[in-house]
Amino acid sequence: MSLTRQDVEKIAHLARLSITDQEMPVYVTSLSRIVDFVAALAQVDTSAVQPMAHPLDGQRQRLRPDVVTETDRHEKYQRNAPSVQAGLYLVPRVIE
Amino acid sequence: MLHSLSIGELADHLAERKISSVELTRHFLARIERFDPSLNAMITLTAEQALAAAAAADARRAAGERGPLLGIPLIHKDIFCTDGVRTSCGSRMLDNFVAPYDATVVARLKSAGAVMLGKANMDEFAMGSSNETSFYGPVKNPWDTTRVPGGSSGGSAAAAAARLAAFSTGTDTGGSIRQPAALTGVTGVKPTYGRVSRYGMIAFASSLDQAGVFAGSAADAALVLEAMAGFDPNDSTSVDVPVPAYAAGLNAPLKGLKIGLLREFFDGLEARNAALIEAALDVYLSLGAETVEVSLPSLPLSVPTYYVVAPAECSSNLSRFDGVRFGHRCADPKDLLDLYRRSRGEGFGAEVKRRIMTGTYVLSAGYFDAYYLQAQKVRRLITDEFRTAFTRVDLLLGPTTPTPAFAIGAKIDDPVTMYLNDIYTIGANLAGLPALSLPCGFVDGLPMGLQLIGPHFAEERLLNAAHQYQQATDWHRHGPRGFE
Repeated sequence: MSLTRQDVEKIAHLARLSITDQEMPVYVTSLSRIVDFVAALAQVDTSAVQPMAHPLDGQRQRLRPDVVTETDRHEKYQRNAPSVQAGLYLVPRVIE
Repeated sequence: MLHSLSIGELADHLAERKISSVELTRHFLARIERFDPSLNAMITLTAEQALAAAAAADARRAAGERGPLLGIPLIHKDIFCTDGVRTSCGSRMLDNFVAPYDATVVARLKSAGAVMLGKANMDEFAMGSSNETSFYGPVKNPWDTTRVPGGSSGGSAAAAAARLAAFSTGTDTGGSIRQPAALTGVTGVKPTYGRVSRYGMIAFASSLDQAGVFAGSAADAALVLEAMAGFDPNDSTSVDVPVPAYAAGLNAPLKGLKIGLLREFFDGLEARNAALIEAALDVYLSLGAETVEVSLPSLPLSVPTYYVVAPAECSSNLSRFDGVRFGHRCADPKDLLDLYRRSRGEGFGAEVKRRIMTGTYVLSAGYFDAYYLQAQKVRRLITDEFRTAFTRVDLLLGPTTPTPAFAIGAKIDDPVTMYLNDIYTIGANLAGLPALSLPCGFVDGLPMGLQLIGPHFAEERLLNAAHQYQQATDWHRHGPRGFE
């Protein structure tokens, strides 16, 4: 196994995912398989290659005039929120 | 029968008032009711809205409007936001999400007068190659309901194959249109990166995702793509390049067309699959095309490259699901961390969690250079090799998939085996190239796909080449038994 249970617990914490004890061994095995599989990339000499982030060369982020184009639709958007009060999203207490 | 007609023929029927859009819509809705229980291709049916949209299309026609899609029924992949209609992305996370606006693809097809019948099943967040990762259960392949339809746009492909609508939409990040098109015997087009707007299309891997179409033929796909494509200021990756009249270019002769045969696509190809591809090549030779052998030595690395880049982008994109603003929220969170962890742990399925964790790992401190940066460099090597190949050839030809549709359950327990389904399709996504799959014959009674890949913005050439093949053959006219 290229990843240990502790590795996967750390990854799950970074990704903010709760993983049950039952699921954990499956992820240790399958994530190790994937990490071993993509390790093939290390064999390639890329010392002279620039990393590629975008498939179309020369594509630049467009700028637009800084003007308001959206109307206030917070009521419609907040209809999908699990918990809202007075136009605010409710979460568990953060600051004691 | 109405449902076996092409979009062009249906448009003629509508124009000649042989049928109304309301009647046509009722016909397809009845087919969904009859056949979908055995396929599970649909997540949400919007019959009432569909009949209203059909009546509106009939009214537009009565007022003198014309158009190839006016009154034509379609099904959208449930990854496209539809104003006022649940948009689940195949996930428990969004089971209760009602989109507050239309995706640009949805809006464009609506304004062309196409009538949405409902939303198609899909792999959860478009992550899968078999449509088995959906929260709403697997989709069955109409050619054999014990087999998968491919994925991630499996519902859209099965719906097109069983003629539950005249066409359907899909998205393709690593093969999610072409692979299911091949496994269900329909024509599927993945356009150039940036060709079709992704505004309102739920993001999976932003440097790879692109929207496209499933249809009964290249000619039908050309009509739909023409309506879908084009610049959209709401999508920062949308490209401001004019959209050609794809349908007008379908009949150009292929004499002198240079078709590249990728050595890497044919090494180790199963004999019966290879025989179908060679037979398709013979058709092209008889139409006056020429062949050139080309090699992309880095192409075998496309699957590992993809399974670093795509999960990395997925882990970033899916961080928006926090249980606060929309989507699933766990019961009784004890603090904010607990809210995040349990909402995400409960809302996402196993494959999505696996990809988020893969992406988190390759982006984490100490591993970023070795995995993510290295994958981005190999991605450039692959892209440069495609570019060099296209200085010598007009398009590349090969298989879409290594095998026909496999049994439900056969590969779901081994992610790497599942990922290798996309071995022939991923290259086009990494390089942002347009590609399509079209039916080219059968293995064990199951449809197989021929893949054509072109240089950036060569959709017109691909559709032309696909249409000429479909004029010379009738594989695209075969349909699954029991769905006549």
